[in-house]
Amino acid sequence: MTSKVALRVTVNGSKYEREVPSRQLLADFLREDLGLTGTQLGCEQGVCGSCTVMLDGDSVRSCLLLAAQVDGAEIVTVEGLAQEDGALHPIQRAFWEHHGLQCGFCTPGMMITALDLIAKLPLAEGSPELDQKIREGIAGNLCRCTGYQNIVAAVRAAAAKMSGQAEAEAGSTDSRESAP
Amino acid sequence: MKPPAFDYLRANSVDEVIDLLREHGPDAKLLAGGQSLVPMLNFRLLRPSVVIDINRVPDLDRISLTGHEASVADSTAGALHLGTLVRHHTLESSLEVRRCNPLLAAAAAEIGHLAIRNRGTIGGSLAHNDPVGELPLIAVLLDANLHLRNPAGERSVPASQFFVSLLETDIGDEELLTGATFPEVRSDTGWGFEELSRRTGDFAIVAAAATLELDGGIVRQARIAIAGVGDVAQRFEQAEELLQGGALTREQLAAVRDSIEQSCTPTSDVHASADYRRHAAGVLTCRALEAAWSRTETGAPS
Ligand SMILES: Cc1cc2nc3c(=O)[nH]c(=O)nc-3n(C[C@H](O)[C@H](O)[C@H](O)COP(=O)(O)OP(=O)(O)OC[C@H]3O[C@@H](n4cnc5c(N)ncnc54)[C@H](O)[C@@H]3O)c2cc1C
Ligand code: FES
Ligand code: FES
Repeated sequence: MTSKVALRVTVNGSKYEREVPSRQLLADFLREDLGLTGTQLGCEQGVCGSCTVMLDGDSVRSCLLLAAQVDGAEIVTVEGLAQEDGALHPIQRAFWEHHGLQCGFCTPGMMITALDLIAKLPLAEGSPELDQKIREGIAGNLCRCTGYQNIVAAVRAAAAKMSGQAEAEAGSTDSRESAP
Repeated sequence: MKPPAFDYLRANSVDEVIDLLREHGPDAKLLAGGQSLVPMLNFRLLRPSVVIDINRVPDLDRISLTGHEASVADSTAGALHLGTLVRHHTLESSLEVRRCNPLLAAAAAEIGHLAIRNRGTIGGSLAHNDPVGELPLIAVLLDANLHLRNPAGERSVPASQFFVSLLETDIGDEELLTGATFPEVRSDTGWGFEELSRRTGDFAIVAAAATLELDGGIVRQARIAIAGVGDVAQRFEQAEELLQGGALTREQLAAVRDSIEQSCTPTSDVHASADYRRHAAGVLTCRALEAAWSRTETGAPS
C-alpha cells in the first residue's frame, strides 16, 4: 500500500520536498501544508474557479488535481504574482485601480485566470470582440459580490498594459541587437 | 472535502498501464485530465482502491496526420491521429488539427473553460462519454476510430459501436484507450457546429453537428449528429438522406427539421423538457447545416 507519495515541487519560486497522502488535493496541499491560503476553495468540483493556479504555465483547477500529480512541476499561486519588494503585478494593480474586487474571495482565481487569458487569447486593444472575449474567458470564475463590470475593466486594462510591456520589451531587444 | 482513500500509482509506459490494470482490474481507475474523475472522487461517487495516473506515459499526447488515402473515388482523404492525452486546449489551438479537421477544433473550443481545457483530454472525454460531450458528438458524426490496448493486444472500434449508453463505452476493465483517428474534413466539405447552453462554458443542453460533402455544387454525402436528445450522441440517417443529391434549399431544411423532431426521443430533466430539447434539436441542426453550406462557398440556401 503506497498511501503516501513523495513530492518535489516548486511553488512561487521556492522548492519544497514533502510526503503527501495519495488522495490529497493540490488545493489542500497549498493551503494546509504550505500555508498559502490565497488560493480559495469554493465548490471543489471545478465550477467556481476560485482555486485556479498556474501549473507549468497553464491555468488549472487545484481542486481537480492530486498533489501527487504535480511532482517536478512549477506552480504559481496568487502569492507569487507580486515582486519580492511588494511591487504589484500589472494584473493586481489593474484590479486595485478598477475596483475589481470587493470581498476578495474570487480574486486570486480571477487574477490567475486573467494571467492565462492574456497569454493565450488575442486580447488586442481596440478589438471589437475584446470585452466579449474577456467575459467568456472569466465565465468559469464566479464572483458573488463585486459584479463583473469592474472585473472586465480590470482585465482589459491589465491586457493593454501587459501587451504594451511585451511590445516595449521586444522593442528594446531589437534596439539592443541592432546596436553596434 | 476529501476523495476516499486510494493508492496513487504512476504509470510510465503503456505496458505498465496494462500490467497495473491486469493486477487491479475493476478496483482501479485511470486518471487522465481528472476533470470528470476527480469531481466524482470528491463527491465520493466513485471509490476506487487504486488510481493509475497515465499523464506521464510518453507519446500518448502525439498528433499526427496521414494524408491522401484514396478512400473516396478519385478524391483523397487524410486522417488525423490523436493520442489519448491530447488536451482540449491543444485540439482547439493546434494548427494541424485546425487545418485537417476544423470542426473538431471548433467543438473542442466549446468545452468548459480554459482551465478545464488545459487539463481535460480527448481520451478522457471519449471514455467518460457524457451524453452532451462535444467530442463524443464529433466522433459519432465522423465515425472516428477508437484505438484500445489490452493484455491480449490491440483493437480498434468505430464510434458507431464504441459509445454504448449513458456514460458507458465499449472499453473493458483491463483496457486503455490509446487514441482516436478522425477523418479529414476536406475543403470540399462544409461543416457546422451549434450548441445551446445557458452560459459560455456550461455543458450543452443540446448540440448539433453537420457536414456536407459536395461534388460540383451537389451534396454527395450529408452527416448529422445530435447530442442531448438521448443517452448517447446519435446520427440521424433518415434526415441525412433527405439532403443527398441536390443543393441545400429552404424546403429541405424544413423537411430535415420535421424528420428530426419526429425521430428523436428526448426525455425531460432539470435542464430542459423533452419538448424543448426536441425543438432545439431541429433548430440547431438547421443552423449547423446552413453554416456547413455557407462554408462550402456556394452562398446561402436557395
Ligand atoms: C467545470 C467543468 C465544465 C466542463 N464542461 C464540459 C463541457 O462543456 N463539455 C464536455 O464534454 N466536458 C466538459 N467537462 C468535462 C471535461 O471535458 C473532461 O475533461 C472530460 O469529460 C474527461 O476528460 P479527462 O481527461 O479530464 O478524464 P478523467 O476525468 O481523468 O477521466 C474520465 C473517465 O475516463 C476514464 N479514462 C480516462 N482516460 C482513459 C483512457 N485513456 N482509457 C480508458 N479510460 C480512460 C477515467 O478512468 C474516468 O473514468 C467539464 C468539466 C468541468 C470540471
Ligand atoms: S473550488 Fe475548484 S473550481 Fe471551485
Ligand atoms: S469579490 Fe467577492 S466574490 Fe468576487
